[in-house]
Amino acid sequence: MAGHDVVRETKAVQAKIGVTAQDATLDEMLTGRQNLAMIGRLSGLRKGDSRRLAGALLDRFELTAAGNRIVKGYSGGMRRRLDLAAGLVTRPPVLFLDEPTTGLDPTSRVRMWGVIRELVADGATLLLTTQYLEEADELADRIIVVDHGRVIAEGTSAELKARTGGAHLQVTLTTAHAEAVGALSRFVAGAVVVSQDGRRLRAPVNGGSGLAGAVVRALDEAAISVDDVEVHPPSLDDVFFALTGHPTEGQPTTGGPDADLGPGSSAGRRLDPKAQVTRA
Amino acid sequence: MSTVTLPAGTAATLPTVVARTHGPARKASDVLVLTRRNLVHISREPMQLSDVTIQPVLFTLMFIFVFGAGVVLPGGAGYKDFAIPGMLVLNQIMVTVGTAVGLSTDVNTGVINRFRTLPMWRPAVLVARSITDLLTAVLGAGIVAATGFAIGWSPHNGVGNAIAAFVLVLLLAYSLSWGCACLGLVSKGVETAQALGLLVLFPVVFVSNSLVPTQRMTPWLREVTTWNPISAATAAARELLGNPNPSASIDAWPMQHPVYTTLIWSIGLLIVFAPLATVLYRRRAGG
Repeated sequence: MAGHDVVRETKAVQAKIGVTAQDATLDEMLTGRQNLAMIGRLSGLRKGDSRRLAGALLDRFELTAAGNRIVKGYSGGMRRRLDLAAGLVTRPPVLFLDEPTTGLDPTSRVRMWGVIRELVADGATLLLTTQYLEEADELADRIIVVDHGRVIAEGTSAELKARTGGAHLQVTLTTAHAEAVGALSRFVAGAVVVSQDGRRLRAPVNGGSGLAGAVVRALDEAAISVDDVEVHPPSLDDVFFALTGHPTEGQPTTGGPDADLGPGSSAGRRLDPKAQVTRA
Repeated sequence: MSTVTLPAGTAATLPTVVARTHGPARKASDVLVLTRRNLVHISREPMQLSDVTIQPVLFTLMFIFVFGAGVVLPGGAGYKDFAIPGMLVLNQIMVTVGTAVGLSTDVNTGVINRFRTLPMWRPAVLVARSITDLLTAVLGAGIVAATGFAIGWSPHNGVGNAIAAFVLVLLLAYSLSWGCACLGLVSKGVETAQALGLLVLFPVVFVSNSLVPTQRMTPWLREVTTWNPISAATAAARELLGNPNPSASIDAWPMQHPVYTTLIWSIGLLIVFAPLATVLYRRRAGG
């Protein structure tokens, strides 16, 4: 880990990593500022340094207004951000985030994602576990999919998606039309599934630019009136279904956005993938 | 995907700071930081202090006016003068339950997981807890003394000896608080810690000479009280404060040398329980 043995050099490793666990690790009775300052002092920073750093971190995580309030009164999103800030006090080159957005509302989640992207942009190596595949897709450079404790796939988001085939085409007609399936046949890469009322048609496609427009023109030529044409790129959810044969259920996915070459940049690769997701 | 953009260049505004290395100064600083944290907790919830403020007043008054009415001392000495040193010991010992409760609270909240990831001195949490409790115990001792003064008790051996009496009692309580720390660390939750602490401390405190003279007890029970560290501390406090000490007539080494006995007990308890608490803490909190 960042050039240190994790068993023999515990202290050195602790100085290099930042951890944000699933459960809040904050002192509920202290203010946000006191929490950060305390963590700074316990990480070996001088009083003035830890105070300045606490202020800067509160600023960065948009918590300045709440900085002097007791954490007990914080919202879920504020706690998570403060917790993440706490993990950054020592400016660690390697960060572990365990499901950082679980239980957050969409606004807080997007804000958290922004913060995480910034950290990676700053050069941190980040190891993130999440159950939201969308989140892994958004944030991770490399993704490791774990199912029932076993690594079942590994690669970039694009690589994983490529393994399970291409996009889906979904067409909604104004009224059901007998020749619609024939009109679509030259675009699709598999069977066309028609809905009960005959208006919605769905089929796998190989993609290609201008597909939606070409479909609309073809249907137009066949005098079939169309309401809507959608081309869905494959999602990681599709990948997960394809790999496991069952929907996502409580098994975290691990993603590791590797940043530019710092001392810790290869750490993610050297770790046993199982160890990456273990946290008591 | 829309993103919330943070103010540009914020990364650069985070000051670069250098962590200090691990020396005795660093250890002391960790302890200081955590002690201050404990004191902030108390300031946010002052009722935490009821065991060293309201409780001693209540105990002292109840025991002196309820028990005192029925206890006849050898030689006809006044119960008040006899009982205040006993109340001092009783209150200080009972307060050590707070260490079990406080530490149990510490290890059962999320913040302990944060401490685990920090390059700090592990036992600082324990030491800070014991120092915080020692500070509140000093307050408690002052309250017992003030209550005593209010109802007409007084020491008769000079200020120096009086201070020595208080220091000796606080020392024993401090050592015993490490035993309570162990109880707090083996308990599954805060309630268990409190129940376990009281279960152990009640017999230890009451089977002693703090509230009654032991001369008329069944011989085996008197023997137990004679060797109880609580009895030694009480006898020592009575001697140093110049208050009546019927135990002086008991022909056994601890009652003839109560000051030394208290010192030996205190050091012994500390030697056993401080390392044990450290081991238990490492096992509980990791690292």
